[in-house]
Amino acid sequence: MTNIPVISVHNLVKKFGSFTANDNLSFEVYEGEIFGFLGANGAGKTTVIRILSGLSEPTSGEVMVAGFNAGKYPEKIKRSIGYMCLKFSLYDDLTAKENIMLYGGIYGMSKSLIKERTHELLKNLRFEEYGNKLISDLPLGLKQKLAFSVAILHEPKIVFLDEPTGGVDPITRRQFWEMIYEAASRGITVFVTTHYMDEAEYCDRISIMSEGKIVALDTPAELKKKYDAESVEEVFVKIARPEYKPHPFGERLMRKKDMI
Amino acid sequence: MKRFLGFVKKEFLHIFRDFRTLIILFGIPTAQILIFGFVVSTDIKDAPVAFLDFSKDEITEKISDKMCSSGFFRRVDNLQSYDEIDKVFKKGKVKAVIVFGQNFGRDLISRGKSTISIIADGSEPNTATLITNYITAIVTDFNREYAGVSAAGSILVQPEVRMFYNPELKGHFMFVPGVITLILILICALMTSITITREKEFGTIEVLLVSPLKPVHIIVGKVLPYFILSFIDVIMILVLSWFVFDLPIKGSLILLLSETMLYILMSLSLGILISTVSKTMQQAIFISFLGLMLPTILLSGFIFPIENMPVAYDWVSAILPPRYFIVIIKNIMIKGTGFLFVWKETLILVIMTTLFIALSVKNFKVRLQ
Repeated sequence: MTNIPVISVHNLVKKFGSFTANDNLSFEVYEGEIFGFLGANGAGKTTVIRILSGLSEPTSGEVMVAGFNAGKYPEKIKRSIGYMCLKFSLYDDLTAKENIMLYGGIYGMSKSLIKERTHELLKNLRFEEYGNKLISDLPLGLKQKLAFSVAILHEPKIVFLDEPTGGVDPITRRQFWEMIYEAASRGITVFVTTHYMDEAEYCDRISIMSEGKIVALDTPAELKKKYDAESVEEVFVKIARPEYKPHPFGERLMRKKDMI
Repeated sequence: MKRFLGFVKKEFLHIFRDFRTLIILFGIPTAQILIFGFVVSTDIKDAPVAFLDFSKDEITEKISDKMCSSGFFRRVDNLQSYDEIDKVFKKGKVKAVIVFGQNFGRDLISRGKSTISIIADGSEPNTATLITNYITAIVTDFNREYAGVSAAGSILVQPEVRMFYNPELKGHFMFVPGVITLILILICALMTSITITREKEFGTIEVLLVSPLKPVHIIVGKVLPYFILSFIDVIMILVLSWFVFDLPIKGSLILLLSETMLYILMSLSLGILISTVSKTMQQAIFISFLGLMLPTILLSGFIFPIENMPVAYDWVSAILPPRYFIVIIKNIMIKGTGFLFVWKETLILVIMTTLFIALSVKNFKVRLQ
């Protein structure tokens, strides 16, 4: 991790009609950093990711990604970013190898390079025997890991992950985060949104969004100190839901609801 | 370009791996041609008829023999009185009764004019119309023989126009252009709108839009396989009709195929337009079916003639592209006319295509914001 910003956002506002999804956001993400983006449902996380990846145009404000203005020239950033969205991003009716071929081809990689990476990737994931299987026949955990590998196949500067581990078991989640660490160690900046508060602990820095605003941004350790909390989850509850008072009987129930 | 080809290859894989898509692409056209050709045939063959002959002379004998030897009609009964007509109809024994008046033969010889009554079972209007047309044709034919080439003393009306172009009275011909029109709308508009909305629904479109592929590449890449496959479909239908029903193509094959390509392009742009306005596959299917399939079947002149429609339906029909394509393709295939006779319809299709593409481009951009 360095101190060179690869993403810098100044006064970003995104409105859908009269609804303000992103209310005057400003933040920076540094090269090689794992940047966690937290927030309840509807807090505006996905909107931010869409704007950063050039899918959506900001209403106002400046968004620089990998040295280019993402709002004005989305085509320029496309080669420098990878993207994996909440919904599954591989094609079910193609095999693992065909999916890799397709995305490699779309990003203009040469055939020999794709072959080499495919081999490497399948080996690292201990995936060799699945290479020629249809994606629809693979278990969800494997699919997610494969989708992540495909998203960073072209060695982007930044990879955006929108709730990449939704619905995956804890062991696979752990493995997934190992992959994220590995990518970050190669210098790839990881911008990740998540619902799982334990995952937030793995990030270098986290930002917490509530109702379209960033209400906290720091390292997990600093945040815990500042809010006198034992875990990021506690921090989150204290900041993002100030009105939240644990119900004497239903605390666990309500927490679960928050996390879903 | 390489990126684009990889993307097209993926689209072909989608199609060839999906059994249902393959059925729609190749099973339905084959089935439709065969079903329409054989089962829903509008031909009349050995239709049972009865004669009520009060004149009982040489001429009435000749006419009824001519009818029964034509292969279209079969004499099942000779009636004696008007009362029996109702009975045979109610029993369902006959499709029509032919009545010769008391002085049929004498009138024809002395005044050169005589009347023959054809009573058809109106509860089956299509068959009834066909039967009366066929009988009319046969009688007209008889007139020519009887009166010589000049046919000055023609007793009956001319047969309907389609006989001029369909002298063997084969109904199959009429269905082939209709089926091609319908199949192309089905494949091009419905299938492309589904394939694009599927990417939206599964979220894969976002990954594609984030990638360096340009939106125009995505769209063209998605519809190109359907363009190729539907063109193969048309050729398949033509070959099938030629082998099974001996359907000739009277006009220029090149003109026919060029017009078909224009129509495919129009349908594809319509499919893209539908996909830009619908968020889910279900919505796309709904719009395609209600907005395209049903009107095409009902109002384009495929089954029901436009001339017989109330004025309001005619207006609706005027905005349906298939209506114009049916005219073009019938003209080329059956009448054998050239481009000069279909340029107006062609121009309308070109204008519609341009309009749909312009609208889709506008909508597609809006969606990216």
